[in-house]
Amino acid sequence: MYLLEVRDLTKHFGGIRAIDEVWFRAKEGSIMSIIGPNGAGKTTLFNCLTGITRPTKGVISFFDREITRLGRDSIVKLGVARTFQNIRLFREMTVIENVMVSQHCRTRSGLLSAIIRSSSFRDEEKAIREKALEYLELVGLEAYPDTIASSLPYGSQKRLEIAKALATEPRLILLDEPTAGMNPQETGAMMGLIKKLQGLGKTIILIEHDMKVVMGISENIVVLDHGMKIAEGTPSEIKCNPMVIEAYLGKEH
Amino acid sequence: MNTVEHKIQNTSPPPPHPLPQGEGDSFDIPSPSRGEGEGGGGSLNLFLRPLFIALWLALLFLPFRGLKAAVILFIILFAAVSLLKAFKNYAGKIKGGLNGDSDHYFINILRIAVEIYGRCPYLEKLPESKARSTVFILLMSVIVLTLPFYGHDYLIDIAVLSGIYIILAQGLNIVVGFTGLLNLGFAAFYAIGAYSYALLNTKLGLGFWASLPLSLMLVTLSGFILAIPALRLRGDYLAIVTLGFGEIVRLVLNNWDSFTKGPNGIGGIGPPHIFGMRISGIGQFYYFVLIFALLAVFVIRRVAASRIGRAWIAIREDEIASSSIGINTTAYKLYSFAFGAFWAGLAGVLFAAKMQFVSPESFTFMESVLVLCMVILGGLGSIPGVILGSIILVMLPEMLREVQLYRMLALGSGLVLLMIFRPQGLMGGKGVSFRG
Repeated sequence: MYLLEVRDLTKHFGGIRAIDEVWFRAKEGSIMSIIGPNGAGKTTLFNCLTGITRPTKGVISFFDREITRLGRDSIVKLGVARTFQNIRLFREMTVIENVMVSQHCRTRSGLLSAIIRSSSFRDEEKAIREKALEYLELVGLEAYPDTIASSLPYGSQKRLEIAKALATEPRLILLDEPTAGMNPQETGAMMGLIKKLQGLGKTIILIEHDMKVVMGISENIVVLDHGMKIAEGTPSEIKCNPMVIEAYLGKEH
Repeated sequence: MNTVEHKIQNTSPPPPHPLPQGEGDSFDIPSPSRGEGEGGGGSLNLFLRPLFIALWLALLFLPFRGLKAAVILFIILFAAVSLLKAFKNYAGKIKGGLNGDSDHYFINILRIAVEIYGRCPYLEKLPESKARSTVFILLMSVIVLTLPFYGHDYLIDIAVLSGIYIILAQGLNIVVGFTGLLNLGFAAFYAIGAYSYALLNTKLGLGFWASLPLSLMLVTLSGFILAIPALRLRGDYLAIVTLGFGEIVRLVLNNWDSFTKGPNGIGGIGPPHIFGMRISGIGQFYYFVLIFALLAVFVIRRVAASRIGRAWIAIREDEIASSSIGINTTAYKLYSFAFGAFWAGLAGVLFAAKMQFVSPESFTFMESVLVLCMVILGGLGSIPGVILGSIILVMLPEMLREVQLYRMLALGSGLVLLMIFRPQGLMGGKGVSFRG
């Protein structure tokens, strides 16, 4: 069963072809990596998948449902969550509030029940808080619920991003460079966390530059260069693909 | 998992960047807790900063009243600011050890009050902070509830006006403080509320309670109508559009003579009745407005601490990130505009009922700016702060009536100083978010 299918996806910015007729599919419950040199169109691809940029043409379907033209919030509601390469937390909110607000699309208390504090409102608030603590525990931040998000160390901010993504109860999580700027020990821990997410039944697509991570955890790799898909396969296939080597290292003379 | 926990423990102790509000601190008046520790440097600070403030203000006044007045002003200000600082340090010393994290001047006064009054047996059972806020709330409610008995009419009149502005400013606080959308035409909603009551009352003969829901519906609707084109924009562009909207509403009211009587305004608006009793005395009206102001604060507080309030704050913090966690940002911005407009409309209805007269003059751009100042002075997103800001900005011009021409100057320089020394507002900061 394929969770996500991308067909013929193209995005032009003026004359620049950021993504050019890309095709790929992601199996449910798998970990997939998208790699490629800088400017290959990886983040643009993520932006198209999450509705931040509208593709010029092509089809994205999620669970056999076309999501190409849906709004960002509707895509999240269907079960696609993402993290950002340049961390985007709600900086002035506390850690737990960041995760609480991220459950927004899974809760429904309205204005009136908030004003009268009905029992359903109080139950929901309690559930939100408890769930938030669970997610924090999962990513290892349970000790800092009341810290202001912007004062967390860098690595923890990246973890909080993942907790926020998880709080939207997604089936598919898109991670944009989850280990960028981390030391080997932190990277190892992050790989463990990604594996753990997979264990929870989540499908994961990540953009990553660290080949140890890519080769270590992904089942399938898509290689982009200048917006085009130049290769796809298992880690061992990708490692010896001449096209990939050329894209990264240049042509042999 | 072990390594994960280990790593977290290692990295936790000193956060690399404390809080964003700390940026203002390098320029801030030293807080009591810090002031003590600084020793020699602190005493130099104690002297230099008041000197700077007094000198700056004196120079500002120099062109108006000549050298002599400026020198007198300088001396008075210097003495006053120094005393204030000395008092602050003293207040900090009393309570500094217990709860040194707060550098609010007002809280320090409060601490002394609590020190004196807080020794009754009931309070000793409560935790320190609870006792303090209980005493404060009791004290404030006694002062507020009994005001008509000891205050003269002039004071009560100002208090009524403060109440109306509290509702208005809380409404703007939803839009600017929580959702982060700069609205420079907020007086338009205030005007629509006031005029719809005035017109419904004088033209159709509807009473206060019949007009109120109709007026509020109309204002909320106009909030939506403004929001729909405005929400495609953000930041400065949004501010300009709201400014334009404010001017359009004022100009329509001013020029549509046959309907609004233009600049002459509408007079003879009926006062509200409760159970057949006419609310006309200023004392009665005081309680009437007080109830609405309390209602506004109560409702807005609760909404701010719910998922709706959290969504608003998230939009203010980062719009892309909030849509990426499934918040429909357009809908919530609309919501915020309409909800804010609702309270402005209520304030407008009360204003019309109090004055029994409305004219376009009361709803100029300056009015929008004044309300914005109340929100900024008190602290963006802080409900108690905005109450304080509204009261100060209503009271201050009245208190400064003696110096007529200079009061706007004094107000202006006061705001400049505030922005330099406390950019987050009197009670803002500590993250603007709410813990329910």
